[in-house]
Amino acid sequence: MMAVLGLALLVLVAGFSVQRCAALEGPRWAGPLSAALFGFWVLVLWQLGVTIFEVPRVLLPAPWAIVQSLWDHAATLGRDFVQTVLKAVLVGWALGSALGFAVAVAIDRAPFLQRGLLPVASLSSTVPLVAVAPIMVMWFGFDWPSKAAVVVLMTFFPMLVATLAGLQASGRIERELMHSYAAGYLRTLLDLRLPCAVPFIVSALKINASLALIGAIVAEFFGSPTVGLGFRISTEAAKMNMALVWGAIVVAAATGSLAYALLVRLERRLAFWHPSVRSR
Amino acid sequence: MATIMRSRGRVLPVAVVLAALMIVWYLGCIALNSPGVIERVFADRPGWTTRELVIACWSMERPVLPAPHQIALDLWTSITEWPLDSPRNLLLHVAVTAQATLVGFVLGTALGVLLAGAIVHSRTLDRALLPWIVASQTVPVLAIAPIVLVILGSLGFSGVAPKAAIAMYLCFFPVTVAMVQGLRSPQRIDTELLHTYAATRWQAFLWLRVPAALPFLLPSLRVAIAAGLVGAMVAELPTGAQSGLGAKLLIGSYYGNTVAIWSALVMSALLGLALTGAVAGLERLVLRGRTA
Repeated sequence: MMAVLGLALLVLVAGFSVQRCAALEGPRWAGPLSAALFGFWVLVLWQLGVTIFEVPRVLLPAPWAIVQSLWDHAATLGRDFVQTVLKAVLVGWALGSALGFAVAVAIDRAPFLQRGLLPVASLSSTVPLVAVAPIMVMWFGFDWPSKAAVVVLMTFFPMLVATLAGLQASGRIERELMHSYAAGYLRTLLDLRLPCAVPFIVSALKINASLALIGAIVAEFFGSPTVGLGFRISTEAAKMNMALVWGAIVVAAATGSLAYALLVRLERRLAFWHPSVRSR
Repeated sequence: MATIMRSRGRVLPVAVVLAALMIVWYLGCIALNSPGVIERVFADRPGWTTRELVIACWSMERPVLPAPHQIALDLWTSITEWPLDSPRNLLLHVAVTAQATLVGFVLGTALGVLLAGAIVHSRTLDRALLPWIVASQTVPVLAIAPIVLVILGSLGFSGVAPKAAIAMYLCFFPVTVAMVQGLRSPQRIDTELLHTYAATRWQAFLWLRVPAALPFLLPSLRVAIAAGLVGAMVAELPTGAQSGLGAKLLIGSYYGNTVAIWSALVMSALLGLALTGAVAGLERLVLRGRTA
């Protein structure tokens, strides 16, 4: 009883502190700090709530149990990370994005093909492409190449669409300027149109990074060797070892955020001149 | 009129691309299936011709890559020769998956819109909660699906509820982010105009912010329903599920029945197109007559 009362009191304290922090006007760090504070309180209350109400570990393990399981199974999760992220995701993402880019540049001078491919490519985002996983397993076996193939298929179309849009992004005046410099097709492409397409390409890389992670993990739900983040999540969930499942999810989430952060840095490096980057 | 002209300008190129795809597909059938045909079908029949090989590649049982007409035939027999409530009829599985997707989509959208309204009006939620929702888009949230299934399963939920729950939370994130953006889109001059009309905060919300948010909300609904469909299909994967397109895919892969996998795949693609098409139709209906 006392514990429950204490918890209720703590909830009030937490709510109040987050609210006060969010109401701070001046400093720029007030926003991020209130988000961090909110996350911190959620973790604390999660830990205390699970302990006080004796929630079964099968339903919801405490954050500390997840940390412990991350530590205990670091070697296993490390192998899963190598299998899923470094092999399937990285290879598939790089290959799919490169293919999408190459095809877009290749059909840049063929408006007929563009008009034919673009509707097909944009419709592909409405189709659950992950579902080709069982077919890829039949073609490429259980190991990571089949997952990479799923990722290639998922990342190809967004990159194709984005690169085609990016290549159209340069303004008429700039193109006419290049023309007046007697710049040929290739010169204009390299010096004007591809640089103009960079923001589009990087944002497609960002979208593709999270698509690739989802694709590889879900493809492993359809069948995989006994290693991999998706395999770990589905089998340990079936074994009710929820702490390890959450551990694998923490690894996947950290990977997704890290990839995003790296791509944002890349964007600043490559598209430093773009208004959306300069305004930040 | 303009849209008709534009669509007519695209029909021919799309048709050509699709036709090229079909040709590549049929050629791929020959390339991928011929080793199996030579080994299994022609083993006791030496002296076969190329023509026989091609025909055998296009009509093989359990091919590596089934030919399009084989898939079409499989779909046709499954839809016409079995009653609607038979598990052999793919339409049953489509209905099961579509139901879960739609329930989850409606719930997730409602939740997302409500939360977006709260975020716009509460500085605390805006600063403390919104960054987490935005950050969640870089994280494979679909990976939590098995956990949701286990939790809801041990709480005694079964059938459509766990699938809809997963579709719901996948729909929720993009809708919330887009709706917050949309509710914030009115310019200062618009809000000030409503202020001079002595509009209350609630009236300003209803007559200015909500209409302004629609062009942001509706495209996000297309993203949401596609994500929800993937969620519903993934929720059908764990062993035990007997109905739904996801289960059909998995069962097909257990038995190595490639034609059945491809049929389920084509059906899920068609379902995705139909659901997104419905949302896009709704979008056009709502935004009809708007200039911007």
